[in-house]
Amino acid sequence: MNALPLLSLIIFVPWAGAVLLACLPRLGAPASRALALGFSLSTLALTLAALGSFDPATTGYQFVERHDWIRALHVHYHLGLDGLSLLLVLLTGLLSPLCLLASWRTVAEARFFGLLFLLLQGAALGVFLALDFFHWFIFWELSLIPAYFLIRLWGGPGAARAGYQFVIYTIGGSAFLLLGFAAIFAATGSLDFVELSSLGATGALGGKLASLGGIWPQAVFLGVFLGFAVKVPLFPFHTWLPATYAEAPTGVSMFLTGVMSKMGVYGFIRVLWPLFPGPLHAAAGPLLWFALGGVVLGAFAAMRQTDLKRMIAYSSVNHLSYCLLALFAVSVATGSSRPASEAAAAALSGTLLQVFNHGISAAALFYCAGVLESRAGGRRGLNDFGGVRSAAPVFAGLCGIALFASLGLPGLNGFVGEFLIFRGVWGLAPWAAAVACLGLFATAWFLLTFWQRVFHGPRAGAAAGPFADLSGLDFAVLVPLVALMFLLGVLPHLLTGLFNPLITSWANHLVLP
Amino acid sequence: MNLLPWSIYLTMAGALLALAGGRRSAGTARWIALLTAAGTWILTLLAATRFVPGPGLQTLVDVPWIPAMGVRYHLAVDGISLTLLVLTGLASTAGVLFSWNIEERTGEFFALFLTLVAGVYGVFLSADALLFFVFYEIAIVPKYFLIAAWGSTNREYGAMKLALYSFAGSAMVLAGLLWVYACGGAHGFSFGQLTHAAATLSRPGQIVVFALVFFGFATLAGLFPLHTWAPTGHVAAPTGASMLLAGVVMKLGAYGCLRVALPLSPVAFAYWQTPIAWLAVTGIVYAGLVALMEQDLKFVIGYSSVSHMGFVMLGLAAANPRAVSGAVLQMFSHGVIAGLLFAVVGRMVYDRTHTRQLGDLRRMKLYRLVPFATTMFVIAGVASMGLPGFSGFPAELTILIGTWTAAPLWAAVATVGVLIAAAFTLRAIQLGFFGSTGPSSASATDGPGLHAGSAPHLSPITWPEKAGALLLVGATVVVGLKPDLLLDWINPALQSPLLQAVLKGGAP
Repeated sequence: MNALPLLSLIIFVPWAGAVLLACLPRLGAPASRALALGFSLSTLALTLAALGSFDPATTGYQFVERHDWIRALHVHYHLGLDGLSLLLVLLTGLLSPLCLLASWRTVAEARFFGLLFLLLQGAALGVFLALDFFHWFIFWELSLIPAYFLIRLWGGPGAARAGYQFVIYTIGGSAFLLLGFAAIFAATGSLDFVELSSLGATGALGGKLASLGGIWPQAVFLGVFLGFAVKVPLFPFHTWLPATYAEAPTGVSMFLTGVMSKMGVYGFIRVLWPLFPGPLHAAAGPLLWFALGGVVLGAFAAMRQTDLKRMIAYSSVNHLSYCLLALFAVSVATGSSRPASEAAAAALSGTLLQVFNHGISAAALFYCAGVLESRAGGRRGLNDFGGVRSAAPVFAGLCGIALFASLGLPGLNGFVGEFLIFRGVWGLAPWAAAVACLGLFATAWFLLTFWQRVFHGPRAGAAAGPFADLSGLDFAVLVPLVALMFLLGVLPHLLTGLFNPLITSWANHLVLP
Repeated sequence: MNLLPWSIYLTMAGALLALAGGRRSAGTARWIALLTAAGTWILTLLAATRFVPGPGLQTLVDVPWIPAMGVRYHLAVDGISLTLLVLTGLASTAGVLFSWNIEERTGEFFALFLTLVAGVYGVFLSADALLFFVFYEIAIVPKYFLIAAWGSTNREYGAMKLALYSFAGSAMVLAGLLWVYACGGAHGFSFGQLTHAAATLSRPGQIVVFALVFFGFATLAGLFPLHTWAPTGHVAAPTGASMLLAGVVMKLGAYGCLRVALPLSPVAFAYWQTPIAWLAVTGIVYAGLVALMEQDLKFVIGYSSVSHMGFVMLGLAAANPRAVSGAVLQMFSHGVIAGLLFAVVGRMVYDRTHTRQLGDLRRMKLYRLVPFATTMFVIAGVASMGLPGFSGFPAELTILIGTWTAAPLWAAVATVGVLIAAAFTLRAIQLGFFGSTGPSSASATDGPGLHAGSAPHLSPITWPEKAGALLLVGATVVVGLKPDLLLDWINPALQSPLLQAVLKGGAP
């Protein structure tokens, strides 16, 4: 136990900032922005401080905080950090200030925006650090409220509908997640992820649930599964996503895709997989098809979009489906006789890299779409632009790098993650890897279409008139992201070093209870 | 030192004083009412600090009342009643604060208001079924006058319907109790004696008696399909009265079900358990769907109350300590949250805009005009959705856990109700306070324009409204984050022999 509750600080400093902003109703816009940015940066600073004393070789939780909370439900205030959560906290710490910067000029009511954004940031961090279902669920659900208002109040013309759809879909998933955990508590008397994981690993959890008889054990699994599947989203639960991402203001879209969609992937890895290794193994065959649906159909859907933000939204469906593809492939191979731990380790570390890389490149792409949109007076159609490269060469260069990183060009960050995923899935479920190649092909097609229609050719559409190149603020947002794309493309072990021992220990224990 | 019986006497005295004070000025009556309500609430909290949780009722007063029938003036408390006493204190204090703008016959309004509260305190403290019934009637009568005289929309109809349903329900209860007393050869009306007497009846007799008593109380708790008085009554009532109605009066019914009906006959309960659970679940889903379609904001909340009370009844029907403790927690939680919702809609919004139609409100974009009311409604709405961090969450979670143990299918259908609750609450927030973004609104980079446009002027939120709202928000957050505060009282109370005979599954 640490003297300083570092993890609590990581979660609650942004919330403290939100409270402070709420208490200063007369604060001007510049001061509000600066204050929000300062509190938002605290996450990165505190995470780097944690990084200093973080020991990657330990596979258990570090910086653990555990206190009694609600005796009647055996609930503890339980926080902990391992390689997986560290990665996601780091991502949140990096992206949040950039999202605020992305909304720097364009957002009216800066104080209220900053307040909601800090609430959202703190809730997301809580999801990544909480180890007891009770407060994990508090963070999980409370993140929806600021997200809803950020979309509803600052979003585009369809924001009311998109926000409503977003919240109802997600709560729909969460309601069944809640029911699943009610059942788990009724069976085991515990809501602690660590205790439940060890019950899951020995098969005791499955045994206790099996005593329900009938379809109920499967129903519990399905409930928990639905909660995460909607959040990621897994095909075919993704229908809320394109409208939401497209209607949200740019900075919020960056956060939604960069951080909030990772909450679902995190839930799959942290909760569903360890608690239900058996049922997940049984369901993984069909689930691979769902993930493949996301990979392939998501990419083809993106190809058909003319709205740039919707295109990037669909590409997010495609990229996140790779993560689930790898996880399900690992689950298919779990318990099989042939040694697959090497392939599994590759698939899992590819998944984690992809989580981080997609956060960076999707955020950058949404920002680029936002730049185009603001220069074009609100238009963001594929056909509204042409020849932007000659009008704004620097912007074209940076956006091109983001596009190619997203496409998976070697040397940039996206390549390493996808390569490892394919490497792993080949070893575990070769046919799935073969089908997923279709998705790679379509991804390349639509990203190149984006590049060609918008940036090449004669100047046309919104780029026909004066078209300003990047401002200092734009640089502040894009340069860190692009720099990270290069850095992680060349030195991926900066990240993999944080979680490799963890992955290896997971991959070596692929046994069914 | 027995403080709690004084909650009844003080409130009664306050009612008389308010009546007298109202002859001098409206302000005097208000302050008397506020001091009485707040003072009584503090009294219940003081008593709570000295309360030692344990199984069974702890007697406060016990003297013979009608010796010929064995009726005693027996007041007693356990963790369940203490929870509801604290709720009554809180809801009545907030109710007085939100009735501050009553100008017409103020003294009489508060006299009736406090009489109702005194009756409620009496019910929660009674340990003798006949005494219970007397206080129950004292609580019902002022409701009629409060609505008929100070109500709004369709008040005569709402008041009459509510009164008839209530009287029909209490007639059933009385008939059932007298039947047990007479045919079972009981020598008194204590709950234990009645249970003994009921056990001597034949099985069909027990089943009928149980149905009379349980469904009589369930009428007031708003169990589907006996709920139809609730939305119309809530809508017609003046704000302070709707808060009491939803906040505590519906709890009287649920409390009666738990305290009087459930222990009466375990045999008959086993017969009725499944039908009751299905009625509760149907109510949760049906009332939620109606709320999703309603155009009048107050009706939305009225139906949401029915839906939430369905969770209470489901918890009781599941009949294990976990589920019942969740049901009692939900009674508290719903009392606070529904009170706040009615306060915002009835007092903060309707008294200023004179409309509750979502179609009209959506054009006003109230979030620009009354940001405080909007914030409060969003918080109350979020709490009412059952989002964690607020009192509704531990309550619903506990009920779901308990219900799952009893029958997973009930829990699964109730979960659909949680989802519908999210949908209608969000719809109410969106249409009622934020309006709809028409196609004319500008691009994504546009701000919300919080101060834009020339809006009709609405009078600012007054201090009693702010104080009342903050009290209720504070309560829902505190209980949401630390439900142990109440569960530590409730859980030991469920270990009493009388309840253990019905509840299966030992300690929670």
